Amino acid sequence: MTAVQVIWEGFGQALRLLGSGDPQVWRVVWLTLRVSGTALLISALLGVPLGSLLALKRFCGQRPVVALLYTGMGLPPVVVGLGVYLLLSRNGPLGSWGWLFTPRAMILAQVIISLPLVAGFTMSSVMGVDANLRQQLRALGASDRQATWTILREARSGVIVSLVAGLGSIISEVGAVMLVGGNIEGSTRVLTTAIVLETRKGNFELAIALSLILLALTLAANAAMLSLQGRRAWE
Amino acid sequence: MGVNPLAYTLQQVRKVYGQRQVLAIEELHIHHGEIFCLVGPNGAGKSTLLRLLNFIEPPTSGQIFFDGQPVNGHTPLSLRRRVTTVFQRPILLSGTVEQNVAYGLRLRGVPDALAKAHAVLERVGLAELARVAAKTLSGGEAQRVALARAIVLEPEVLLLDEPTANLDPYNGALIEQIIAELNRERGTTLVLVTHNIFQAKRLAHRVALLLGGECVEVAPAERFFSAPNDPRAAAFVRGEMVF
Repeated sequence: MTAVQVIWEGFGQALRLLGSGDPQVWRVVWLTLRVSGTALLISALLGVPLGSLLALKRFCGQRPVVALLYTGMGLPPVVVGLGVYLLLSRNGPLGSWGWLFTPRAMILAQVIISLPLVAGFTMSSVMGVDANLRQQLRALGASDRQATWTILREARSGVIVSLVAGLGSIISEVGAVMLVGGNIEGSTRVLTTAIVLETRKGNFELAIALSLILLALTLAANAAMLSLQGRRAWE
Repeated sequence: MGVNPLAYTLQQVRKVYGQRQVLAIEELHIHHGEIFCLVGPNGAGKSTLLRLLNFIEPPTSGQIFFDGQPVNGHTPLSLRRRVTTVFQRPILLSGTVEQNVAYGLRLRGVPDALAKAHAVLERVGLAELARVAAKTLSGGEAQRVALARAIVLEPEVLLLDEPTANLDPYNGALIEQIIAELNRERGTTLVLVTHNIFQAKRLAHRVALLLGGECVEVAPAERFFSAPNDPRAAAFVRGEMVF
């Protein structure tokens, strides 16, 4: 079979897999969404306020925090996976939690990967808002909280980009989830680890089918987030 | 105008940024209902003074009284909302023109904010642009929107920082007309920073000349332009360079 035929067959199989409602595939898809969605949610809840704080406030020790954040934005996922593995392994400091080879470990690793990206891009976008805006908002009678909220709304395009970047970094990530999740069927197997496994087994059609599903999920999630950018400031 | 009660009293007010003193006013009074013009060259401290009058920044030392009450470091929101500023370079928010104008009203939880915004947009001649994205406006239109979003709040004191700078004569005259009406009809106290001597002549009840952060002359407009006490004020009125 030529490469083109393999790809076409992969397309067909992807449609058949989705159409057939194969529980194994849906379980993998669901776990992928659950792990990456939860990790992104946690990263957003922590990263957006952290990025905003770093952009809007001045405090002692800010420079090292920002330097740490920038370093975190370039962390290799496999290194994060190794770190989390050592942390959660039986003899590690958090070994008693019993999280290793569970979705919780995968979520923890993905939060460590995406949090610096969400916080860093949020910080940049909030810093990009005109520095005089706060003064003008205060002159219009905004309280400090109202002014901060308005500034964040003005930076919302950048904040959404930070979430897109955060999601992109984790949904397609394989090294960390493979290390800390173990790619256990029915328990910690997600789309990326399943793709690696099927490719190794020579099941290229299935690997392509899973890749297409992953691409479609990423596209849908990003499209949903980017559609928020079109919303008006007061909606 | 002097019979009106005092809006502001400034006593030995200093403002220092780092090592640099930008404002040093021994005493200054601004009355309710007057149009008070601040003139002076660039860097004289005019915009800094406006920020102090809007309670956006506190003075480094000295005392500001508003309505006879001392205003200290942390100004209550209710007091800040009695005063607003139109900046020389207004920053409009993303969203439509009407949303920008309604912004301050919404902060205050005023009902029918959009309807009130429309009425003011009508007044500044921008009703047809109400639903246009504010970021797409020209400089003159943006300045009128900034004026609209300030006057819709019906402040007791309106501070204007060179509101007609960089505007064409039509837009400049329109803004002058609106602020003059505002003072006449509502009795709004206006503090206007301008480089334009003729504008000060046309609008002001009283004029102050700031030089190097100091207030070197305060006089009723007629006297300021005809017989100022300070020779530097006389030179400024003649159009000479003063520092």
